[in-house]
Amino acid sequence: MDIRKLTVEQLSSMLKNKEISSYELTKEYLEYAKNSDEKIGAYLRFCEETAVDGAKKADEKIARGESSSLTGIPYGLKDNICTKGEITSCASKMLENFVPPYDAFVYNKLNEEGAVMLGKTNMDEFAMGSTNENSAFKIVHNPRDLSRVPGGSSGGSAAAVASNEAPFALGSDTGGSIRQPAAFCGVVGMKPTYGSVSRNGLVAFASSLDQIGPLTKTVKDSAIVLNAIAGHDKLDSTSVDREPGNLSEDIGKDVKGMKIALPKEYFGEGIGEDVKSAVLNAAKVYEKMGAVVEEVSIPTMKYALPAYYVISSAEASSNLSRFDGVRYGYRSKNYEDITELYKNTRSEGFGSEVKRRIMLGCFALSSGYYDAYYKKALQVRTLIMRDFNNIFKDYSCILSPVAPTAAYKLNEKTSDPLEMYMGDIYTVPVNIAGIPALSMPCGEDKDGMPVGMQLLGKAFDEKTLYRLGFAFERETGAYHLNK
Amino acid sequence: MNYYKGYEMVIGLEVHCELKTETKIFCGCPTSFGAEPNTQCCPVCMGMPGTLPVLNGKVVDYAIKAGVATNCTIAKYSKQDRKNYFYPDLPKAYQISQYDLPLCEHGWLEIEGENGAKKIGITRIHIEEDAGKLVHIPGKGTLIDCNRCGVPLIEIVSEPDIRSAQEAVAYMKKLRAIILYTGISDCKMQEGSLRCDVNLSVRKKGEEKFGTRTEMKNLNSFTFIQKAIEYEYKRQVDELEAGGTIVQETRRYDQASGKTFTMRTKEDANDYRYFPDPDLAPIITSDEKLKKLTDSIPELPDVRKKLYVEKYSLTPYDAELITNEMEIADYFEKASKCTSYHKILANLIISDVMKLLDADSYNVKISPEHLASIAEMLGTSEINSSVGKKVIKALWENDTDPVKYVKDNDLNQINDRDTLLKAVLSAIESNPKSVADYKKGKTAAAKAIMGHVMAKTQGRGNPVLIGEILDGELKKL
Repeated sequence: MDIRKLTVEQLSSMLKNKEISSYELTKEYLEYAKNSDEKIGAYLRFCEETAVDGAKKADEKIARGESSSLTGIPYGLKDNICTKGEITSCASKMLENFVPPYDAFVYNKLNEEGAVMLGKTNMDEFAMGSTNENSAFKIVHNPRDLSRVPGGSSGGSAAAVASNEAPFALGSDTGGSIRQPAAFCGVVGMKPTYGSVSRNGLVAFASSLDQIGPLTKTVKDSAIVLNAIAGHDKLDSTSVDREPGNLSEDIGKDVKGMKIALPKEYFGEGIGEDVKSAVLNAAKVYEKMGAVVEEVSIPTMKYALPAYYVISSAEASSNLSRFDGVRYGYRSKNYEDITELYKNTRSEGFGSEVKRRIMLGCFALSSGYYDAYYKKALQVRTLIMRDFNNIFKDYSCILSPVAPTAAYKLNEKTSDPLEMYMGDIYTVPVNIAGIPALSMPCGEDKDGMPVGMQLLGKAFDEKTLYRLGFAFERETGAYHLNK
Repeated sequence: MNYYKGYEMVIGLEVHCELKTETKIFCGCPTSFGAEPNTQCCPVCMGMPGTLPVLNGKVVDYAIKAGVATNCTIAKYSKQDRKNYFYPDLPKAYQISQYDLPLCEHGWLEIEGENGAKKIGITRIHIEEDAGKLVHIPGKGTLIDCNRCGVPLIEIVSEPDIRSAQEAVAYMKKLRAIILYTGISDCKMQEGSLRCDVNLSVRKKGEEKFGTRTEMKNLNSFTFIQKAIEYEYKRQVDELEAGGTIVQETRRYDQASGKTFTMRTKEDANDYRYFPDPDLAPIITSDEKLKKLTDSIPELPDVRKKLYVEKYSLTPYDAELITNEMEIADYFEKASKCTSYHKILANLIISDVMKLLDADSYNVKISPEHLASIAEMLGTSEINSSVGKKVIKALWENDTDPVKYVKDNDLNQINDRDTLLKAVLSAIESNPKSVADYKKGKTAAAKAIMGHVMAKTQGRGNPVLIGEILDGELKKL
């Protein structure tokens, strides 16, 4: 038995039954991952001491009989989530040596559970990108085909899980950054409802869209991890003060009679044939299980992508202004006065994609353009929310593709940012509307690369998505475990 | 240079006031003034990556109180916006402020202007965070002190209703009084907890259109406000009279020279790229909350002022001076219970007591009862006004019963006609030159003789009676 192929659920019971210690498990993962990652590039840094330390504490916890589902389970943490005493770089030269003096809320939560952080995972710089090629430090290779991209921006987190370098990982999703790499790497990724997981300690990209979520091998594992990190945080004013409940409780229930919407806008121009047929096939699987699948229309969908790029870039331009070389992080050596210090620090410290978004955002917010861009985008946001809400009056969920294609080759799209942005077309409406969406594998393209489908639900109804996701997984077999 | 008379100035003020909350606006750091640099800050107010602001509810309450006290409409729905600009004292490179939906709007307050009471409109009051402080050390560079980062401020913007330096100062004093009464700030100008930006333009009298305005930043004393306005008004009029134009710009007032200098012109002004702060929820104010806050506001200076005018017959001007400081008004009210000579009491407070106070201290070293009894003695002619001043000075050093003090020091006014007549006659006799001058028609000579009479009574003679007697005796000659 290869323990690295086991799920969180299986490892948890082994730990509880003392078939293995967290120390042994952690060591096993570290040794394997350090070696394997030379080919993958999923981790920016391993945090060996912290991990071993954590594992020992977890073992004590287990010995005291105080363990929970994640006690002693190793994981990878995206490098835009703050960890006290460990570098948090956002894969940027700007924060190459930045060590935060505080922990993110989710990291704290996982520490309380006794989960063991193995290392910080690679990503696109400041979470901006769809291929992980914007990391200032190294690229990530898709574990299913090393010549291909893992997706982004949580490409490191997805690759770590897909390559069995971690049983689970946390990512962040602003416009698809958990769901798209999950789809590209053939794992399960959840973008929770906006406000259900605290953003406190997540280095902000676009504050009104960012949400932390789990990448796992199975749907059940996803629910286990989300149960652990969801909940109100009074230090995040956008965190919703409500009891998240047990998100796993509907897992295993059948889906007979449940209504699933299939929006035609998601299957129009630009979608790859393999993706289309894999997702439509998934619809058939649901019908076979007794669900009712019906075509619907979301006419405002076509405005989602431009609205997303206006809102996210506008917020990013402001959020990233604090990286000015004055107090921490990178500072240019080349300056005579404060203006030059700002200019040169930011010109040298940020990569080109980050600079592109900052410029885009500054433009959208400038006087004379605000109404035409930012304000308009906010209006689009209201319309999209309305359209989604209307659908959820009649349907339990929406089924859609995650991305127009499966994972493509490294360097294939780096020269055309617009084409790259088009790849986010199916994922961004979810962030715009603040609703949850589960990304999971539903087939393969002709090259044998995994294809993902997306289950979109109404706000705070992750439970139903897990129920539907698990039913599909049970029917077809968990993709990752079959590999 | 009479051309100044053909112009009028148009002034609007933007006042920044630090709120007296215990903790900062978005984190739990203390707000106290004067701590060691960078000892009152945390990752949140230092804008470290990943940190988030959490609004201090007290800040909203205090701002609403300021709004209610200045007759504003309080917004049921308000929001916070980011004002983006780079400066080393601003760690996030944006200031959280309010743009298009401020907490309070459409208010006013009343001042005693040159021609009586005048209403000055208040456009808006909004909440925002203060920036840090830069400390320039010659030869070493510039250091940043983040203690002030995130200290809560309200910005109070007036309508361009002010027409003179005196009105501007009167507005500031009234605003300060209202804020002090509501207890939301200590308004210490020298510590920067109350600062004022002056927007000033000039126009020909009778002209309706506003001229181009300049803004003078961060004036932190009433004197500087007055002087800066006077200088800037003349500068603008001189410029126009010389055929020039006014450039819209920000100017700096130099305390040493009393002049204003260009800081930055409109061309290099920032585009602040305001947008709603996505980290913060809208501010919703319910009717119940508004009522609770309204009920918690104490009696305001104008209410007291009206009372003093109506009940104690003070002039509106004197009543304004007394009510400008709540401590002084409280003192006046206590003292006024012990005497019926309220106007005399008010005069003593304004012309004697307030001059003896240390700067920024309202510690009156004479008990209200004692000052009232001095007013009483003055009112019943037991002492005269110069003795009154003498007694106040003496009691300031050592507060004691003034009646006893007057008696022990033999300071009672001499009201006895015979005694005074003797003194008058003696003075006439010993000042033949003044008498001769008087006879030649120099009526001022009588004053000199009066001085001699006073001297002969050790300053205790009743001046009114002496005047009468002297007048009669001189006419007899």
